[in-house]
Amino acid sequence: MRSSGHDQHRQRTLWQRLHIDLPLLSGILALMTLGLFVVYSAGGQESAVLIRHAKRVGLALFVMFIVAQVPPLSYRKWAVPVFILGLMLLIAVLLFGHVGKGAQRWLDLGVTKFQPSEIMKLVVPIMIAWYVSQYDLPMKIPKIIIAFILVLMPTLLIAKQPDLGTSLLIASSGIFVIFLAGASWKLIGTCVGLASAFAPVLWMFLMKPYQKQRVLTFLNPEQDPLGSGYHIIQSKIAIGSGGIHGKGWLQGTQSQLEFLPERHTDFIFAVFSEEFGLIGVGLLLSVYLAIVMRGLWIAVNAQHAFTKLLAGSLTLTFFVYIFVNIGMVSGLLPVVGVPLPLVSYGGTSMVTLMAGFGMLMAISTHRKFNI
Amino acid sequence: MAPKKRVAIRNHSAEANLFARRTFITFIAVIILSLVLFSNIYNLEVNSYQKYQTRSNSNRIKLLPVAPNRGLIYDRNGVLLADNTPVYSLEVIPEQVTDIKKRLSEVSQLLDISQEKQDKLLKAVKSKRRFKPIELYSRLSEQQVALFSVNQHKFPGFFIDARLKRYYPFAELTTHSLGYVARINGRDSLALDKQGLAENYAATRNIGKRGLERYYQDILHGTIGHQEVEINNQGRVIRTLDFTPPIPGKDLTLTLDIELQMIAKRALSGKRGAIVAIDPRDGGVLAMYSNPSFDGNLFVHGISSKKYKKLLAPESNKPLLNRTLQGYPPASTIKPLLALTGLDAGIITPETEIYDPGFYQLPGIETKRRDWKKWGHGKVDLNKSLEQSCNIYYYDLAYKLGITRISQMMMKFGFGEYTGIDLHEESRAIMPSIEWKRARYNKGWYTGETLSVGIGQSYWSVTPLQLSQALSILVNKGEIKVPHLLKATSEIVVNNKTNTHQPLVTEYIVDEKAPIILKNQKSWDVVLDGLHNTVQKLGATGYNAFKGSKYDAAGKTGSAQTSNIAQDEEYDASKVKESRRDNAMFIAFAPYENPEIVVAVAIENVAEGGGGANAGPVARQIMDQYFGDREIVSKDPRKHPNHDNIYYQNIKNIAGNP
Repeated sequence: MRSSGHDQHRQRTLWQRLHIDLPLLSGILALMTLGLFVVYSAGGQESAVLIRHAKRVGLALFVMFIVAQVPPLSYRKWAVPVFILGLMLLIAVLLFGHVGKGAQRWLDLGVTKFQPSEIMKLVVPIMIAWYVSQYDLPMKIPKIIIAFILVLMPTLLIAKQPDLGTSLLIASSGIFVIFLAGASWKLIGTCVGLASAFAPVLWMFLMKPYQKQRVLTFLNPEQDPLGSGYHIIQSKIAIGSGGIHGKGWLQGTQSQLEFLPERHTDFIFAVFSEEFGLIGVGLLLSVYLAIVMRGLWIAVNAQHAFTKLLAGSLTLTFFVYIFVNIGMVSGLLPVVGVPLPLVSYGGTSMVTLMAGFGMLMAISTHRKFNI
Repeated sequence: MAPKKRVAIRNHSAEANLFARRTFITFIAVIILSLVLFSNIYNLEVNSYQKYQTRSNSNRIKLLPVAPNRGLIYDRNGVLLADNTPVYSLEVIPEQVTDIKKRLSEVSQLLDISQEKQDKLLKAVKSKRRFKPIELYSRLSEQQVALFSVNQHKFPGFFIDARLKRYYPFAELTTHSLGYVARINGRDSLALDKQGLAENYAATRNIGKRGLERYYQDILHGTIGHQEVEINNQGRVIRTLDFTPPIPGKDLTLTLDIELQMIAKRALSGKRGAIVAIDPRDGGVLAMYSNPSFDGNLFVHGISSKKYKKLLAPESNKPLLNRTLQGYPPASTIKPLLALTGLDAGIITPETEIYDPGFYQLPGIETKRRDWKKWGHGKVDLNKSLEQSCNIYYYDLAYKLGITRISQMMMKFGFGEYTGIDLHEESRAIMPSIEWKRARYNKGWYTGETLSVGIGQSYWSVTPLQLSQALSILVNKGEIKVPHLLKATSEIVVNNKTNTHQPLVTEYIVDEKAPIILKNQKSWDVVLDGLHNTVQKLGATGYNAFKGSKYDAAGKTGSAQTSNIAQDEEYDASKVKESRRDNAMFIAFAPYENPEIVVAVAIENVAEGGGGANAGPVARQIMDQYFGDREIVSKDPRKHPNHDNIYYQNIKNIAGNP
């Protein structure tokens, strides 16, 4: 930053000075552009919907840019207080939260509604990465247990709202840190064993009836084709009828004739595959994979354990978004509310995601100077 | 916290290796999971493509049924009797209207719709789907249609919808034979289901309920068409993809002559009764009118309970009853057939004479049966028995024939049986016999009853249609042509190969039954001659009815008692309650050589004078009309029915108002 002289003499490119990772940005912009087209098609071809979405995209890009300017290691100073604040806010949500769509997710701040769980999507990996990176790797069992407890607290609070999708994303972001930090395979095996033993308990005591219904519907959607199975059946029809080439942009009958529910948010992938077919899906997955690969590359090349773990966790969580969303829309997984990242209409999660990409870019561009 | 103070030499390259290994593992996992996703999508979009393609289409493509136009009905001269006329209704699509309340009140003001109705409409509008048209006002007048059309630009979302509804331009003049259509009800749908016709009627609202509309329902209906449309998830039609036009029902041409029908109506005006006129050469019904009648149009739109109650009220004299198919005591009108039975049985010859002192007594029984002429007719042979309608002659004849021989022969003439006319409302009436009485009353037959049968009374009842049919058989000398109203059907045949349309007319094939063969075929002529004399001979009972007619008519009168008259009591119409007065009957045919028309008339509870004076002139008017004393000159059969045109004006003048 302090170097002077003509452009060609600088060691860093303009993009690096702006703290922008160009490959990552290209992938993101490609997805966002695609998102604009698909949202327009899915949103009943209304320009109002498109403009709202475009504004969100702009805001998200701006947030990413701002976050990218902050040196990543400085996050560590804030990790603990923000994490504790976040937990308190989550408790506040459960106590005084605003009820919408049958779940308590928002805090009404008077001016605006605020969703603390979104912040936790970033705070949890920072917190766990900070905690883990203080110790030598691979991690020792007691530290792992503490890390698990740290992950579990926000996860359970959010699951209680109930917001299964977000709690799943937050749990994975923490667990990825622990995994990347080198938790022993023996331990992983034990955990998986415990988890499967825990599943019946979860089913019988912790899951709400509507959540159980979702699982049952997932196992056999045709059982109630006009009720709980309607979403997934219509979604599979949309995808399946797209064929190899798709029906063409704005030509998807399932979406244009409104048979497909929640088509511009969680089920936007069905709209995309109906209109662009298998070829489109292949291209989309390739772009996603490219972004994931770039994220992992940044992680591997980060020079500090904290930034490595954080970058790895953010990238892998991004993939969880993709896998869970496409998996549920195409009938592989039960329906949980996870949007298709960078494509779905929906403000908050896009801004959070882009803040995460801002961190990745910071990790990628600040590294040589800030360790 | 502790870690900062701890001095530890971290092995950064080992950590980096560990991290790289773990990252690599996750990368492999990402690739594998991506492949899982992709192969699942591949499975959906490639392997199951056909299945989901079909399901996607069945989601969005819907077949909308399109009702065929009902066949029209014409009289024998091509005058339209049953038409499909557009009915205009005002409709609105709520989602296309910005301020529905305000617009509604404006449109109501324009078309003069009451406030009360407006409120009801507003409620209806709010309860329906917003993109579906809602009927606001049915049956707009032409003036209202015009008013709205001029102002339509002010009312986006409002429009006028035209639908075809059955219309009977001659109203009550044709109702009893045409019947009417009305809305398909639960019972109709069940019947259609049973016949496997439900699909063909998917878009049809009305169905023939009575008369020819009911009898020829299948022919008149046609075949359903289909519109293939694309719909959205709420069932809103987005666009039409394909259209298979419906095939309209066949048009019917009837044997009825609307002009004769009008004369019949006028002749019966103010009376309760029925007229049937048949062409004996083919059994075609020329006129069939029952008075009082009612307007079948009332039922097409759904009759109000107030109007329906009015039809059922006693002072309306049962207009719903089709008296042409209703049993009356035939009285003396069957005397010619009894004479024929006597001749055939060899009991009498044309020359056989009896002496009529004015009464008849069965051997060994005190009771006297009186002739209508107090002092009797003196010596009576067959011819005179018909001319004077002598009861004593037929008491004697019936006594000698016995009930079994009478009823056997009369059933050959169709009494006590359905004639087989193309109407479902027909009654069999009653031809009494020993077996019939046993079955009906579980009682034996009395000889006294045979005597009553001899003058067409007792249990015996015949419908005016049966009576005209029996007379047809008589003038045809035994040949039986089943009476019918249908003359021909016509349709347009579309040839898809050459893309041409061609009219196809199919003539009705007259049904014939095995003829009546007499032992001596000359007996026919004897009886027919008697009927000829009854009308042509000065002083005969039917003479006044056809005095001075241009054509050569023959016929027979009849006066039926509707209640028993006590021994030696005199019948005086003016002293008897109206409902217990005699019925007047008349049968006639003309020309005497090669008859073209037979007429049967029944009039209930006439004041004085019997069949000759009351029913005779009615038959005469029909005949006069038939043989050319035509009062209606201008005729434009193919013109659309419209009360303004001259033809219909004429009809109104002649038929008068109900």
